[in-house]
Amino acid sequence: MSQLALVIDLNVCVGCHACVTSCKEWNTSGWAGSLADQHPYDADPTGTFFNRVQSFEVGQYPNTETVHFPKSCLHCEEPPCVPVCPTGASYKRPDNGVVLVDYDKCIGCKYCSWACPYGVRELDEMQKVMKKCTLCIDRITDETLPEAERKPACVLACPTSARLYGDVHDPDSEASEAIRERGGYQLMPEWGTKPANHYLPRRKTRMQIFDDELERVDNPLKKEAPLPAAKGETLDDVAY
Amino acid sequence: MHPAFSVIFLTTLIGAGQGLFMALVTGQVYSLANLLAPQDSQSFYAMGALITATLLAGGLVAAVFHLGKPSYFITRAWRGMSQWRTSWLSRELIALPMFMLLVLAYAAVHYLGWTQIWFTIKGQIPVDASLVIGMLGVLMSVILFVSTAMIYASLKFLQEWHTALTVANFFLFGLASGFMLAAAFSAWMGIELVSFFGGWAVVFTVLAAITRAFSMLRNARIKHKSTLASALGIRHTKITQRSMGFMGGSFNTREFFHGQGPVVLAMARWFFVLNVFVFPVILLAASNLLESASLPVLAFVVQYLGLLAERWYFFAEARHPQNLYYQTVG
Ligand code: SF4
Ligand code: SF4
Ligand code: SF4
Repeated sequence: MSQLALVIDLNVCVGCHACVTSCKEWNTSGWAGSLADQHPYDADPTGTFFNRVQSFEVGQYPNTETVHFPKSCLHCEEPPCVPVCPTGASYKRPDNGVVLVDYDKCIGCKYCSWACPYGVRELDEMQKVMKKCTLCIDRITDETLPEAERKPACVLACPTSARLYGDVHDPDSEASEAIRERGGYQLMPEWGTKPANHYLPRRKTRMQIFDDELERVDNPLKKEAPLPAAKGETLDDVAY
Repeated sequence: MHPAFSVIFLTTLIGAGQGLFMALVTGQVYSLANLLAPQDSQSFYAMGALITATLLAGGLVAAVFHLGKPSYFITRAWRGMSQWRTSWLSRELIALPMFMLLVLAYAAVHYLGWTQIWFTIKGQIPVDASLVIGMLGVLMSVILFVSTAMIYASLKFLQEWHTALTVANFFLFGLASGFMLAAAFSAWMGIELVSFFGGWAVVFTVLAAITRAFSMLRNARIKHKSTLASALGIRHTKITQRSMGFMGGSFNTREFFHGQGPVVLAMARWFFVLNVFVFPVILLAASNLLESASLPVLAFVVQYLGLLAERWYFFAEARHPQNLYYQTVG
């Protein structure tokens, strides 16, 4: 069984919100739409989004680091949001592990959002049903799209390739490889939800330069003293 | 969590209704055992069951307003009974209408006088339709109490709720207010059972005070498992949010924060502690001395108002781990 997921590289995310806007654009006009906004041009605009980018400051000034943190449904392998749904509207697809909501069954009771520790489900204020990241199910399963475009909208939009997409159950996928080789981890592992989405940590690129690399021990200009002056007959004198 | 008034009214109204029904059946069983004088079928049991049904109907109306759209009650809510294998909410949605049907059947049997004895157990206990339905109703009421409470107690990362004390509290608060209402009803009707029901109401109120005190103590010193470090997976003790990604609020900022300061919280706490546990007991004691017909009614009203505040506080004191992600607008 495959488990499709995103792998988000915090080391390269620059917090540009391109994934947020492309997600909204794709999904408000597609299968999962509409994602209505309320008073978008007034003082307190609000609306439904499947994906948010947050920013955190780690450390104390002056030793701080800004971490941009994209957050969407993690398509948990043990999703606590699914069994609590009274109507069966929330479900996990058995074939590819994507967690979805059937908008025609949902009664908007919000119980599933209480049962998600990550705060990624949002009640659509216009349709009054629960909505969340679909992993762009209508893109990734659309056989009419060319193979290279059968990816989530946010993945295609990311200018720094901070979002990888793939089957985390396939050990040879790009996603699995990244998790394995670059220290991929899950959010709030303490609840046993086994999120399918993983995050790649920030990594420091530090140059290791030792003194002897700046000044070579065997630097010929330094080491070698002037050539000794010739005494008596040399090889040059006899060669010709 | 944001306390929703629909759920506050739903849980307190059906809790009182369930408790009242259990009080009625208790009275009937006691009278079978000749411990209490038998009461009139029509004016006491049928009327009492109708009051129960009214409370349950009130709870149902409140529940309708908890749905995304009230129209979902007609078009979709039936689906809510389908996932009883996994969902406590689904179990509640089944138990509530079944309990209502049993209550109405109980009222009908008593009102129409279908209380011919079917058989007697050991030649002593006469069993009729009302007793069988009453017992089934009590059983269903217990199932409903457990289902309602487990909706909250089963969410393991809402650590304030994830305890057996939540179930005990819902159960005891329901019994206390239900027996209180039975005492008020008896006093109002001029029936001798005021001190019987009132006595049980005091017992349940005291027990509820004990379990609620334990849960408040537990919640005061609770250690949350999730931290910003585990939420982000960044190993640092000092992490500050600079932006939650938007400025105008979202479902996540509306649904999971109560938005009140510590003063309001403390006021709600004192209000419910006094009105649920202290004043009703004093009022009942006073009515016992004065033989007043209206003081037990006042005791019930006071306790019910206190229970509304208690339920509000119950939601407000639960802190959801998702709140870690929504700390700073920027
Ligand atoms: S992240 Fe939340 S909504 Fe998504 S599958 Fe996990 S528990 Fe469910
Ligand atoms: S809001 Fe909808 S999807 Fe969520 S638990 Fe209720 S019915 Fe299920
Ligand atoms: S996978 Fe699709 S729905 Fe999910 S965050 Fe990305 S664009 Fe949005």
